[in-house]
Amino acid sequence: MNCRETQELIHGFVDSELGLVWNLEMERHIHECPSCSGAHERLRVMHTVLSDNSLYFQPPAGLEDRLRARLRKVSRAEDRVWTISPSWRGIGIAAALVLCIAGTWQFAMTTQRSSNKEMIGQEVVASHVRSLMATHLTDVPSSDQHTVKPWFNGKLDFSPVVADFADRGFVLDGGRLDYLDSRPVAALVYRRRQHVINVFVWPTLQSGWGTQTFDRQGYHVFNWTKDHVTYWAVSDLNPEELWQFADMLRNTE
Amino acid sequence: MPEKAELARFEQVVLPHLAAAYNLARWITGNDHDAEDVVQESYLRALKFFGGFRGENSRPWLLTIVRNTCFTWLRQNRFSELSVELDEEIHTGETEPGNPESMLLAAAQSEMVRKAIEELPPEFREVIILREMEDLSYKEIAAIASIPVGTVMSRLARARSRLQELLSGPMTSGVGA
Repeated sequence: MNCRETQELIHGFVDSELGLVWNLEMERHIHECPSCSGAHERLRVMHTVLSDNSLYFQPPAGLEDRLRARLRKVSRAEDRVWTISPSWRGIGIAAALVLCIAGTWQFAMTTQRSSNKEMIGQEVVASHVRSLMATHLTDVPSSDQHTVKPWFNGKLDFSPVVADFADRGFVLDGGRLDYLDSRPVAALVYRRRQHVINVFVWPTLQSGWGTQTFDRQGYHVFNWTKDHVTYWAVSDLNPEELWQFADMLRNTE
Repeated sequence: MPEKAELARFEQVVLPHLAAAYNLARWITGNDHDAEDVVQESYLRALKFFGGFRGENSRPWLLTIVRNTCFTWLRQNRFSELSVELDEEIHTGETEPGNPESMLLAAAQSEMVRKAIEELPPEFREVIILREMEDLSYKEIAAIASIPVGTVMSRLARARSRLQELLSGPMTSGVGA
């Protein structure tokens, strides 16, 4: 083993990432070579310096309590546990009636909007499942974004953003035409290990950044809208990684 | 929907990593206030995703969420820090900084070390935190930062050589020039 090889592997060596055989080779060379031995010693010292407690930021007092309180609150809100004492019940009912009437209009509007989302979410999952069952997942099978993007030209009245995240483990598999929300849409297909991710893209009049998540039949669905384009990502991938993927896509220009 | 038992399990499994979460967030955001916001946001997200967590190793799992929340925060608030082109290549033997003693001397001034870490681009800073302070493996760091294992190693190499340059200071540099 020479100095150049040693320099290449020295970080793996100090981080105990090399196998037994390489370790022995490294140890032998470092023992014999003063220059590499110096480099090794510097890395060892650096680890001692950086792992010193004084550099580790301790959470401020009370953060854990604030966090616990917030988690309880969120989790209670989601559980919707309602407890009302009998003496308040009458006033409660009256107040509820008033609120009910006042709120009906807005409620109707919101439910209409959210049930519309629900419906699209349902369609998105159905489309995803169909794409996995059919013999062709992609109309244009290619991992090259410069092949996939132009393929949509002339087939859609918009040009979807096609990005490649192969270096981060999300491989572009190709594109496909699909039909959702009563219009033709672009479907981009990605793979993460054995999991397929379908991303459905089409223009919308709405704007905004908020991401909504749905879980349907074991699939996770992420929806967000950016620059008047709506994105629906669906997969059986774990939600954390899917979120990571959505985050990368959202930040692609 | 998280129920009482689910929340209790979450608190038991994920809350013990609060220090690791805070340390990472504090190093990436650079101040107490934003670090606390990011940590709170991360825990709310973690609770939401807890159903999908299969219970392998909760610390890297939580740190993945903290890391992503940090970088979303960076993109929104410190975009200039992120737009720096990263040099991912390992340049072997490019720096031959001073002897270990001079670094130890620098270590005595931990404020200097702190400043040196803060000067690293966030992508390099995070691998240093995860490796040197959290003692995570390359594989775990790769999963957290969503980069290949080879990139973890090259970023560590770059970050360390940059730190060596900064810590050995102008007075002892130039040995291997």
